[in-house]
Amino acid sequence: MVTVLVPGPLRGEAGGESRLTVAASGTLRAVLDDLAGSWPRLARRIRDERGELRRYVNVYVDGEDCRHLGGLDAPVPETAEVQVLPSVAGG
Amino acid sequence: MATLLAIGTAKGLFLATSTDGRRSWEVSGPHFPMTGVYAVAIDTRRATPRLLAGTTSSHFGPSVATSDDLGASWHEPEEAPVAFPADTGATLGRVWQLVPAGADQPDVVWAGTEPSALFRSDDGGITYQLVRALWDHPHREQWGAGFGGQAVHTVLPHPADADRLLVAMSTGGVYRSTDGGANWAPGNTGIRAYFLPDEWPEFGQCVHKVARDAGSPERLYAQNHHGVYRSDDDGRTWSSIADGLPSDFGFPIVSLPGRPDSVFTFPLTADSERFPVDRRCRVFRSSDAGASWQPASAGLPEGPFYPAVLRDAMCADDATPGGVYFGTRSGEVYASRDEGDSWSRVVAHLPDVLCVRAAAV
Repeated sequence: MVTVLVPGPLRGEAGGESRLTVAASGTLRAVLDDLAGSWPRLARRIRDERGELRRYVNVYVDGEDCRHLGGLDAPVPETAEVQVLPSVAGG
Repeated sequence: MATLLAIGTAKGLFLATSTDGRRSWEVSGPHFPMTGVYAVAIDTRRATPRLLAGTTSSHFGPSVATSDDLGASWHEPEEAPVAFPADTGATLGRVWQLVPAGADQPDVVWAGTEPSALFRSDDGGITYQLVRALWDHPHREQWGAGFGGQAVHTVLPHPADADRLLVAMSTGGVYRSTDGGANWAPGNTGIRAYFLPDEWPEFGQCVHKVARDAGSPERLYAQNHHGVYRSDDDGRTWSSIADGLPSDFGFPIVSLPGRPDSVFTFPLTADSERFPVDRRCRVFRSSDAGASWQPASAGLPEGPFYPAVLRDAMCADDATPGGVYFGTRSGEVYASRDEGDSWSRVVAHLPDVLCVRAAAV
């Protein structure tokens, strides 16, 4: 199972949980698609309606920025930890 | 009966409530902290008033939430309430406008968005579908973007004819439908676009806001990017009503629901000088559909005043005598409960005020 770490501002959309588990693995896209099935309001705060990562949301796969690993095609092993973090942005 | 004043700001929604005839206000919030609330609506067609808020998080994107208990709790559907269909290739930037339709369509709510599009809800504003005919309009590729983005920021249903609908966008101008949104035609004749080589184009104007008159629904008022206009034919043609104003630049324009021929504006000096004229906090009011204008500033701050009032940051309520409200980019909100004769401050030190809406609840 893949573990998804949910940042504080989004836990309200994840039943208050800071960690969720997802059965899908392989690519980040597959993990986020699976997440959307169970937690759609959470998922749409991470990706827009085209399925793209929102500009100011960062996702790390086992500590590596997914944007350096192929974005949504980033490989995600079965026991990976996927961490969602808001980037430094805003006024 | 209480009056609710919803104040959308750059960092959340504040709700001001008056239970003493709009003399004093209790302010709560922020709801949706750290989101820009560009659109808010108070839908009083329902037995229980429904609040609608269009929120935009710079991190987590846009959404629309509703409350049926005056803001005590808020709800969002599981799926995105406003989203572009996959084949459009577009993504929602933000919701700029939420407008309940006429009383004969109690479950219809319209949403104007960035990029420029219109969405329709048939479930009271919970979920929305793209109005294809406007999205597919052949002019769309030529619509531009103002500094605030390319957006349908104004939606005006006709109060007595569900088939008639008007939208305004920056930039693009006014578009009208007379068949419930199935077909759209530009309605900008007479509105000058001084910033284009052809100053009188069919479309492409930067209309900042349009308001409908209470007495005659065919009568409309428009604040343009320079230019203040009136239409007496439901937005087909427009004539200047700027004479008598200290400037024809500004963003909001409002007409009282209970007072035919009333118009309110907050003039700024010019496109190139977006400060209140003479650096004074003054609303200008007309009681003859723009034929003449008078300053209405009793009770407003005296002395140098620099903040602007954004396009949706002025509104009227549905009471008699009518209430008028406006909020500034410096986070102050002022209210008049006597149709502009006098003003008092509702609240100060909020984030930038983006929109206000008020109603008896």
